[in-house]
Amino acid sequence: MPTITLTVNGTPHTLTIDPGETLADVLRYRLGLTGTKIGCQEGECGACTVEVNGEAVLSCIYPAERADGKSVLTIERLAQQRDHEFILHPLQEAFVEHGATQCGFCTPGQIMAAHALLEHNPDPQPEDIHHVLKDNLCRCGAYPAIEDAILAAAHSLRTGEPPPPPEIPASAYAGKVVGRPHIRPDAVDKVTGRARYTDDLVFPDMLHAAVRRAEVPHGILRRLDVSKARALKGVVAVMTAADLPAARNHGVLIDDWPILVGVGERIRYVGDALAIVAAETRAIAQEAASLIEAEIEPLPVLADPLAALAPDAPPLHPSGNLLKHIKVRKGDVERGFAEADVVLEHTFTTPHYDHAFLEPEASVAVPTEDGRMEVYVGSQIPYDDRRQVAAALGWPEERVHIVGQTMGGGFGGKEDIAGQIHAALLAWKTGRPVKLLYDRRESLIAHPKRHATQIRVRIGAKRDGRLTAVQTELYGDTGAYASLGEKVMTRATTHSAGPYDVPHVRADCYAVYTNNPPAGAFRGFGVTQSNFAVESMMDMLAERLGLDPVELRRKNALRVGSTTSTGQVLRESVGLLECIDRVDAEVRRLSGEADPFAPRPVPGEPHKVRAWGFAAAFKNTGLGGGAPDDATAEVELLPEGVFEVRISSAELGQGLVSVLQLVAAEEIGVDAEGVRVLVMDTDRTPDGGPTTASRQTYVSGNAARMAARVLVSALRSTLAERYDVPPDQIWPQPEGLLLGERLLRWPEVAAEMHALGREPRVRYTYHAPETKPLGEGGDMHFAYAFAAQAAEVEVNTLTGEVKVLRVVTAVDVGAAINPLALKGQIEGGVVMGIGTALTEHFIVEEGRVVTDRLARYRMPAFEQVPEIIPIVVEHPVSTGPFGGKGVGEIVSVPTAPAITNAIYHAVGVRLDRLPVEQEALTLPPRAGAKLFSSGGTRV
Amino acid sequence: MWHTYLRPKTVEEALQMLAEAGEAAVLIAGGTDLMLDLQQGRHPPVQALVDITEIPELRALEIRGDELFVGAGVPLNRVAASPLVREHAMALAEATSQMAGYQIRNVATLGGNVAHALPAADGAIALLALDARAEVASPHGRRRVPLADLYLGPGRSALKHEEMLVGFWLPLTRQKAASAFRRVMRPQGVALPILNTAVWLAREGDRIAQIRIAVGPFGPVPRRATAAESVLCGHAPDEATLNAAVEALLREARFRTSRYRATETYRRHLAGILLRETVGKAWQRAGGE
Repeated sequence: MPTITLTVNGTPHTLTIDPGETLADVLRYRLGLTGTKIGCQEGECGACTVEVNGEAVLSCIYPAERADGKSVLTIERLAQQRDHEFILHPLQEAFVEHGATQCGFCTPGQIMAAHALLEHNPDPQPEDIHHVLKDNLCRCGAYPAIEDAILAAAHSLRTGEPPPPPEIPASAYAGKVVGRPHIRPDAVDKVTGRARYTDDLVFPDMLHAAVRRAEVPHGILRRLDVSKARALKGVVAVMTAADLPAARNHGVLIDDWPILVGVGERIRYVGDALAIVAAETRAIAQEAASLIEAEIEPLPVLADPLAALAPDAPPLHPSGNLLKHIKVRKGDVERGFAEADVVLEHTFTTPHYDHAFLEPEASVAVPTEDGRMEVYVGSQIPYDDRRQVAAALGWPEERVHIVGQTMGGGFGGKEDIAGQIHAALLAWKTGRPVKLLYDRRESLIAHPKRHATQIRVRIGAKRDGRLTAVQTELYGDTGAYASLGEKVMTRATTHSAGPYDVPHVRADCYAVYTNNPPAGAFRGFGVTQSNFAVESMMDMLAERLGLDPVELRRKNALRVGSTTSTGQVLRESVGLLECIDRVDAEVRRLSGEADPFAPRPVPGEPHKVRAWGFAAAFKNTGLGGGAPDDATAEVELLPEGVFEVRISSAELGQGLVSVLQLVAAEEIGVDAEGVRVLVMDTDRTPDGGPTTASRQTYVSGNAARMAARVLVSALRSTLAERYDVPPDQIWPQPEGLLLGERLLRWPEVAAEMHALGREPRVRYTYHAPETKPLGEGGDMHFAYAFAAQAAEVEVNTLTGEVKVLRVVTAVDVGAAINPLALKGQIEGGVVMGIGTALTEHFIVEEGRVVTDRLARYRMPAFEQVPEIIPIVVEHPVSTGPFGGKGVGEIVSVPTAPAITNAIYHAVGVRLDRLPVEQEALTLPPRAGAKLFSSGGTRV
Repeated sequence: MWHTYLRPKTVEEALQMLAEAGEAAVLIAGGTDLMLDLQQGRHPPVQALVDITEIPELRALEIRGDELFVGAGVPLNRVAASPLVREHAMALAEATSQMAGYQIRNVATLGGNVAHALPAADGAIALLALDARAEVASPHGRRRVPLADLYLGPGRSALKHEEMLVGFWLPLTRQKAASAFRRVMRPQGVALPILNTAVWLAREGDRIAQIRIAVGPFGPVPRRATAAESVLCGHAPDEATLNAAVEALLREARFRTSRYRATETYRRHLAGILLRETVGKAWQRAGGE
C-alpha cells in the first residue's frame, strides 16, 4: 500500500492509501473533514470542490496519491479562530447574509470554487462567476443569491469593508420580528462545513450496507444465491426476504412495496431490493452485493399506463393496475361546450423527473443498550419513518427513535423510505451500527419520481374569452408502487382546469401502476404537469380568439367569491389578480413600446429572436381532501432564558426552522435570537406531520404560535399570582417579563416557574380547518397559493438553442414570514421550473433507467439562470400564522408553460411535450399554420 | 482498483514503468474520464496507474522554433488562458475554455482529450483544424504524426499500450490567418456536443487562400471535411460558395443519430449552420469585414 504525505489546512498528514481511494475519501473518512461533500462521485456536481496547491479541483475523482506532497485547502480552514473568536471569511459571511445557503449541501463546494476564483480575479464580473462556477450545481436554485454573495465578498476583500448586505424589503404586514429578513439559524454551520449530514456521522464499530437490486423491470425471482457474498471476508450479515422478522412490505400510504422481494415473488421495477449486506467497509459490502446471484424469470414490461391498462396486461398488484380513477365534476361540460364559441382540444405529455437532491439518501441505524433502535436520517416524515421501521422490526413504535439530520434537499423525494428500514434490519441482525449510503446511480434508480403524464385538455370559451367549459383526461404513470401516487394525481386533476373560475368542469384521471420506477411526491405534486397542459391551452385559446394572453387569464382568474373546480367557494386570500396585474405591468415596463408577446429579433443578430410568455397557477396549501391535518408543537422556556420550539417537521433546506423561530418569537414578544428550534426527532419533538403539500408554514407555524401563546399566558397567570400583579399589567419584553414596573429576566422567569413547581412548557396540537373529500364540494383545502410568471426567452432559430433571459414572478404567499428565505424559495422555484422546461429529462425505456447518472440528468446550472425579478404579493389568510400560507411549491409551477409560451411567441412552435427539444425549434413553421407541435401534431 | 500509483518525472521513466508493469498498468493524466470509467466499471481493472502529470516536458507550453508546443499534460484551463494559444490557435482556446467545468479543466489535459479518442472531442477537433501534429514517445523513440493518425475508431486510440503522447506541435499564425471554434450542446443529458466545428483559414485579398475544417462527430474518428475545404479554397466565402461547401460537407460526412442526443437530420442541419458561423468568424478575424 502506498504511503503519502499531504498538508491539509496547514497540517501535514502521512497516510497509507487503500486501492482506489480518492482525495474526497481521505478528507471525509480518514481526516473527518466532512465539510467536503460527495454529491455524485462522477465529477458533475461540484460539491466536493477543494483547493489543491491553490487550484480548485473535484476531490471525488482525484486519486489520493496525486495529493502526495501537495497542500490541500478545505472549507474547514476558511474561517479563522482568533482569540476565542470565530471569524468567518468574507465569502462565508456574505453567503450567510445573502441567504445563499439553503439545504447547504452544495455550499462548501460553491464557496471553495468562489475562493479559488477570487484568488485569481479579485474583481469578478457576473459572467466570470458563471464561468468558474459552471459545474457547481445547487438544486435549491440559490444561484442569484450565490452570485450576489460572491460579488459582495469580492468587494469586501478588495476594500476591507464588511460585505454589503442584500436589500430585501420587509413584509407589508411585518411585526417586530415576523415579516423582516432574518438569517437562517443553521447558516453559519452550513458555510463553515460544520453542519452534520447523515453520511458525516461515524459510530464505533459501524458497519456499511449495500443493497442487491433487481436491475430487471419485471419478473419472478426464481432463485437467490447469497453464498458467495456470505463467504466474502469482511461480510457480517446478508439478509433476504426469508430473514424478515415482521412486516414484508412498506409504503407511505399503502403497504405494497416489498422490503425485500422473496423467491417466487414478483419484481416490479429495476430498483426492487432482493438482498441486503452489512460489511466492515462500504467497498466490501458493495462487492458482496454484486456477488449475489439472482435468477429472474423475465416477464413482459408494462412500460406506460396505456400498456398497463390493456385488457390482457398482467396485474402487477392484486388490486389490478389501476391505482385510482379520480373524478372532478362541476356543472355540465356538454352544456358548457354547447355554449362556447370556440372549442379547442390538445394532448400534452410530460416525462418523469427526478428530485436530484444533491445529498443522496443515507441512513445510520444504531442499536442502543436499552434495546431500542436509533435511526439517523434526513427524512421528510420522521414519525412515519418510525412507524415503518417499527413495523419492519415487529416492534412497538416507541422502541424506534428517528433522529433527524441536516438534509441536503428533499423536494418530495425523501417522503418514501427504504434505506431506513434496510439499515435498521441489518443493525438488528448484527447488533452493530449500520450505515447505508446510496450512490448517485442507486438514488436515481430507486426512489420515486415525478409522475410522467399524458393530459388531454378540451377547452371551450365565448368570443370574449370567458371560459365555458374545461374537460381534461389525465394518465399518470405511478410506476411499480403506490407511494403517494393517488394524492399526487388527485392534485393534478383538481388543478387541471387552471386557476380559473370555470362554470363546467369534468376531469378524469387514471393513476396507473407500471414497471417503471415508482412515482410519488415532487415539488408541485402533480400540478406542475397539469398546469403545463392547461396554461399551454390558454395561450392557444388566446391566439384563436385574438386576445391578449394576460387579458384572457385576468378575465377568468379565480378571485374572492369564485368557485373552484371542486366546488369550493374562495372566501379570502386570493391574490391571483394582483399577481397577474403586477407581472403584466412589470413586463410591459421592461418591454417599453414593444408588444411583449410579439417576436423581436436581436439587433445585429436577426437569427436570434426574443419574446415573452405568460402563465398563471395555483396550488393548495395543506393535505386537504378531508384528511386530518394536525401538528403538535412544544414550546419551553429553558433555564438559560431561551424559548425552545420543538416539532418533528422537517427542515430540508427550505427554511422552516426560521419560520418557526420567527413566528414563536413574534408571538412571545422576544427577538429571534430568543427562540431556538429543534426539529425531526421522534423522542424529543412531537409530531408535526409530514413535510409535504406546502403545509409547514401554515400548520406547524400555527402549532408553534399557539403553543407559544398558551405558554406566555401560563407564565403571566402564574407570575401574576406570585407577584400579585394583575395579568393585564404583565408584558413580555425581549429581555424578560415586565411585571408592572419590575423586569423579571427570562432565566429568572424560568427559575420562578420551576420553584413554583410549574414546568414552563406547553404542548399544543393544532388542527387545521376541516376540509372535505373530493366529490363532496365545500372546502377541499383550507388555503391556496397563487402565482403568475412571465419568462423572456431568446431562441436561436438556426440552432434551436433556447436561453431564458428574464423571469418576472409574482407569488401570493399570504404574508411573508421571512422575506430573505422567501426570496430564496421564489428564485429557487423558478430555477427548478427552468429545469422542468429545458434541461431535465428522466428517461426510462422499457422499465430501465437510461438517465442513471447526473451526467445524463442535467439540473439547471449557473449558465441557465436568468435574471429573476421576484414580486411578493400578500393577501393574508386569516387563519394562517401572521397571515402566511405555503409557498414551497407554487413558486415553480408556472415556469415551464411561461417558457414554452414564450418560445411559441418567438418562433411559432407550440411545444406540447416537456422538456423542450431544441431540435424542434429549427424546423421552419409550415405555411399557413403557425401553430404546430414538437410531437408532430398539427393543431 | 489500482494498488500501485507511479509518478515518473521523465517521459523515459514513464515508458519504462509502463513496459515493466505490462498490460495491468495504464497512464493517467487528468484522469477525469479514466477515474469515472474505473469507478463505474467501464474500464477493465488496472493494477497500476502511471501518473504523467509531473513530467515537466508534458507541462510545457511555449514557442519552439517556428512552432507552438502544447504539452500533452497541460491542464485545459492553462491552454484556454494562454496568450500564446489565443494568438496562434484561437480555435483551441475557444474549445478548451468550453470543455467540462472549471474544476475539471484544472486537471484534465489536452493529451487526455485526444487519447480518449471520442469522435467529437472538442480539443481534438480544434487541433485537427489547426494542423497540429502529435509527438508520440515509444520505447523505440519519438515521432511526430498528424493528429488524424491517432484514431482507430470511436473511443479507440491508435496509440499502443507502451506509447504516450508528449505534446502537440502547432504552426504559428501568420498574417491574414485565423481560426474559430463553435459547438452546440443539448441542454438535457450527456455532456457531449451534438456537433462541433473548428475552422482555420488564411486570406488572400477577398479569397480564402487556404482552409482547414474539422467537424465532430464527422464519422467514427475525427477527421477533416476535405471536400468542403476544396470548395472554399481559392474562393470568397460568399453565399453561393458557402452553400456549395455545405453541400460538399454533407455529402462527405457520415452523421448518425445518437439516441437521446441528436438525430442525423438535426446534425446535418447544424453542420451547415456551424460551418457558416465558424468560417465567417475566422474570416473576420483574419482581417476581413
